[in-house]
Amino acid sequence: MTTIQAMLQVRIHGRGGQGVVTAAEVLSMAAFAEGRHAQAFPSFGSERTGAPVVAFCRIADAPIRTREPVMTPDVLVVLDATLLHQVDLFAGLRPHGAVLINTSRSLDELGILELARRHREERFITVPATDIAIEHVGRPVPNVVMLGGLAAFTGSISIDAVASAIRERFSPDLAERNVAGAGEAYRYVESAGDREVLRVAPD
Amino acid sequence: MLRQIEGSRAVAEAVARCRPEVVCAYPISPQTHIIEALGVMVRTGELDPCEFINVESEFAAMSVALGASAAGARAYTATASQGLLFMMEAVYNVAGLGLPVVMTLANRAVGAPINIWNDHSDAMAVRDAGWVMLFAESNQEAADLHVQAFRLAEEVSVPVMVCMDGFILTHAVERVDLVSQADVDAYLPPYVPRQVLDPDDPVSIGAMVGPEAFTEVRYLAHARQLEALRRIPEISAEFAATFGRDSGGLVHPYRTEDADVVVVALGSILGTIEDAVDTVRQRGRAVGALGVTTFRPFPLEALRAALGRARRVVVVEKAFSVGFGGVLSTDVAMAGTGLGFDVATVVAGLGGRPVTEASLCTMLEDAVASRLGRLTFLDLDHGVVERELERMAERRRSGPTAENILRDIGTGAGGRS
Repeated sequence: MTTIQAMLQVRIHGRGGQGVVTAAEVLSMAAFAEGRHAQAFPSFGSERTGAPVVAFCRIADAPIRTREPVMTPDVLVVLDATLLHQVDLFAGLRPHGAVLINTSRSLDELGILELARRHREERFITVPATDIAIEHVGRPVPNVVMLGGLAAFTGSISIDAVASAIRERFSPDLAERNVAGAGEAYRYVESAGDREVLRVAPD
Repeated sequence: MLRQIEGSRAVAEAVARCRPEVVCAYPISPQTHIIEALGVMVRTGELDPCEFINVESEFAAMSVALGASAAGARAYTATASQGLLFMMEAVYNVAGLGLPVVMTLANRAVGAPINIWNDHSDAMAVRDAGWVMLFAESNQEAADLHVQAFRLAEEVSVPVMVCMDGFILTHAVERVDLVSQADVDAYLPPYVPRQVLDPDDPVSIGAMVGPEAFTEVRYLAHARQLEALRRIPEISAEFAATFGRDSGGLVHPYRTEDADVVVVALGSILGTIEDAVDTVRQRGRAVGALGVTTFRPFPLEALRAALGRARRVVVVEKAFSVGFGGVLSTDVAMAGTGLGFDVATVVAGLGGRPVTEASLCTMLEDAVASRLGRLTFLDLDHGVVERELERMAERRRSGPTAENILRDIGTGAGGRS
């Protein structure tokens, strides 16, 4: 188990329209549901469909004071793999950092296998979140689905808390479909082999 | 009730609990989510009775708030940046007339160059308008300050502006303890105006005043601000008694008791500054921070008390007076008259540039080691500046600076490629 001191920092990359900001918000609500402190905020560009968007989430057991963007993420979530060669997604990624990429392709097919090996390959995982979203949500919106993958891959938030946050954030019908999608991503990652649990140390 | 909630939404909830009777606003980022949420509450009847007035501009927004307040209604609006500048004439009028309008300013840079991101240029542009100006450090404080703002505004007959950092607070989702209707009703009595447009007891409001009385009317506006200065700590203490937490007041000292170097700042940047103070203290440096919650009226005595032991004061400002330097710094220097500390200004976070703990720690070390100049622009890219100066020296028609620099740093928004 990798233990992070005091605070888990998550950075989510995607494109306008994929629900990047909502993903960070729902993750923070899940942490809140677990009784923890959390802070979610977007990187405030002019919002345009398709433009690269970044959002951040911090989770801690104590109140969070800092307002700086997440510069050294413990967890990186990539909602759109076409960003991999366009934006410096991996900037500041911590040595133990976990990387979740929404894709139905392999790291090799994405052209980042070498990069993953230079980091720690076992800290990378691909999740076909758009496919899962189309199946369960009925739309290619991978954001909330990926949070299920994050719960399984990092162990830093429970899938129950994610489900609870989804139900608080969305209307009942949309919520249940997203809960189903997040659950499938959770099971997908759980069955995807070895994973290392990433825990935030209590104060 | 504890909620994980967007800052704008938390403020809208707090404002709604204050039972405003007129809400009028024109949308502008990053204030829009507040007004949208209040609009929904009026439409669904959650906020009732309340008239939500869609206006055609910010000038109209403040003018409608003025008229509503003069007619005896509790009036609220919100704006930012160019919107505030566009309503400027009415902003002065509301203050000059002593009408207790409450407004949220979702702080944002002022163009040109156009920029939607956070700094304090908009607030500094209305520093002298006669409004009480409160700055929130967190979304909890932003929500709480609105409840205190209505109380203060109506007691003293002065408009109150609650400043919260655009995007950094308005769009941040974090834990906020939302006030209950019962608690707010106990804390905030119904509005009893000093002056009101009443057909049954007619008065005129807004007379022309010549040299024979203008000074006296203006002096009394100043006296109302001084009364606000006296009441703000009491209103904050009464808030704590009703709601069970400290919010508002004049200043927030942080580890200042034994500090040689104290950083003074407004708004949400204080959180990162406090983290930086802790980091630098671990290296054995005696540093502290002082948040200025009440910027107008300016709490000179509270600053003197908090800064009395400091050897050096660094004012970190998200705005500056072009051609001079710090704005808040001038006030802090005035507060320090005779106390014997140096004042240095650090301009940071302009137009949304992130202010990092790392940069603040370096700045603090520089301050401790007496390496900090009188005026510093944090994280200024000197290379970018030098190259534009060279272009200007090379030829007369060097073109627009902003476009030249965007082309230089490769973000592609320049006119020619």
